[in-house]
Amino acid sequence: MALLTQIRDDIRDGRLTSRLAVERSLQAIQALDPQLRAFVSYDGDRALDLAEQIDERMAEGQPVGPLGGVPVAIKDNICTRFGYTTCSSKMLERFRAPYDAHVVERLEAAGAVIVGKTNLDEFAMGSSTENSGFFPTRNPWDLGRVPGGSSGGSAAAVAARIIPAALGSDTGGSIRQPASFCGITGLKPTYGRVSRYGLVAYGSSLDQIGPLTLDVADAALLLSVIAGHDPRDSTSVSREVPDYVSALRDPLESLRAGGPVRIGVPVEYFGEGLDAEVRAAVEAAIEEYRNLGAAVVPVQLPHLAYAVACYYVIATAEASSNLARYDGVHYGYRTPRAEDYIDMYCASRQEAFGAEVRRRIMLGTFALSSGYYDAYYLKALKVRTLIRRDFERAFTECDVIAGPAAPTPAFRLGEKTADPLSMYLADIYTISVNLAGIPAIVVPCGLSAGGLPIGLQLMAPYFAEAPLLRIAHAYQQRTDWHTRTPAVSWRSA
Amino acid sequence: MARRINEDQVRHIAHLSRLKPSDEEVRLFSEQLSAIVEYVEKLNELDTADVEPTAHPLPIRNVFRPDEPHEPLDPDTALANAPQRDGSFFALPKVLDQGSGA
Repeated sequence: MALLTQIRDDIRDGRLTSRLAVERSLQAIQALDPQLRAFVSYDGDRALDLAEQIDERMAEGQPVGPLGGVPVAIKDNICTRFGYTTCSSKMLERFRAPYDAHVVERLEAAGAVIVGKTNLDEFAMGSSTENSGFFPTRNPWDLGRVPGGSSGGSAAAVAARIIPAALGSDTGGSIRQPASFCGITGLKPTYGRVSRYGLVAYGSSLDQIGPLTLDVADAALLLSVIAGHDPRDSTSVSREVPDYVSALRDPLESLRAGGPVRIGVPVEYFGEGLDAEVRAAVEAAIEEYRNLGAAVVPVQLPHLAYAVACYYVIATAEASSNLARYDGVHYGYRTPRAEDYIDMYCASRQEAFGAEVRRRIMLGTFALSSGYYDAYYLKALKVRTLIRRDFERAFTECDVIAGPAAPTPAFRLGEKTADPLSMYLADIYTISVNLAGIPAIVVPCGLSAGGLPIGLQLMAPYFAEAPLLRIAHAYQQRTDWHTRTPAVSWRSA
Repeated sequence: MARRINEDQVRHIAHLSRLKPSDEEVRLFSEQLSAIVEYVEKLNELDTADVEPTAHPLPIRNVFRPDEPHEPLDPDTALANAPQRDGSFFALPKVLDQGSGA
């Protein structure tokens, strides 16, 4: 499977049809998905019909949009009128959304063909996709390892070249950490850059939709399509969307008047717990920037050590409130065994939510409950301010901040499931970005001795996606880590 | 050391959360939630007396839209996912029953 941009160009210029591109993705799903389990559902007939319509419009000389005819996949917590929107939860196993998410409307208006919906940790709560209520997804680099999470299905499908691009959602690293584990590019935009209308809510002040792709140029193309104001999401920001694709051609030297681009390196991102191979690969990537003429400057993010604690109070508090809507009445699962209304409510939730979802709902309920609100929830909101200020201060000294995305390469299935706290602690490098609301991207920057991908994370100030993408693109112009393919991947003629 | 969240508290939180854990799960969650809450208490190392809380990352104020009528979902669409319906209503077990607690 080639790059998104390349497939788009090939279809536009008549070297490929949308039907053929979609057929290839469907063949790849049939060949590889029994091993990977990246997809919760896919609808080949619908996708082929749409592809043929686009091919017909092309033949008539009509415009087909900036993604004309390309196959894509979306995470199954994004609502679609077609098929089911399950959130990989038994609660929503047969839920048919009555409307399309904003990003689905944008993708389809741009000519993309949504081929399938990808697996996730139930309601996006997790870092390995093992919390899926249906089945775990496997890492195409090593089937014994996790693809990361919660957007593990999207990451595995793109890494295995089943599909050229996919959407995920990122509440605490759920796009970036799986991108790192699967050796692909993943972007979390600024909070408010992309409408959350139709994204099933987890942590509403943290959630953001973004692209998972094979390179930065494709991420820029996809972001250009999905970004922008939507009145149906009151937190979506009314702010001009730059041309992210053409901004990639700006000379790196032009990004900052009066000096070279400054790469900030926070000492806290290279402390205890960081795997030696990850450290070496990320340091080598930073060295690559020095070779490009960038200035590498030390910065401080002194409250990083508190980010995990802060996040797991705020995210679970928001989750406990958001998931109260699953009441067994309006939609979703209802227990067949209930004595009365309250019992029906409790039993339906107990039977349909998985253990991690129940744990997070209870943790959040505790943090918001009478007598504990000030000590836990309000305290976490105040620490959130300190974390945000750390970034604001650091960005007075640098243009982007570089560090690892995860402390280790992909871990083995089952390695962390018995100890939830150990799973949470591995989110250390991604979650402060969500607490602050800033954008960040992950690009592949190496392979471990065991052949597992390692990711470089670059973080930028609010709404600085264009320079962020430009700086990440510069790295991919000098290196070829993003072209490496995993053992399990689709190589079609 | 005493657990941060004992089994009685787990049962109380479960009720507030509208969950119905088994006795075994109450024991497990008491252990796991206590470990997490104990870890979270590291936030107390920080002096936040003069720090404003951040509920939301962007300086967004209340957002108004024009008060114009829109076409709502029709009843069949709105009820299509209901586990049980009765005409154009959601159906559920009796709420006002003999001491159901509702």
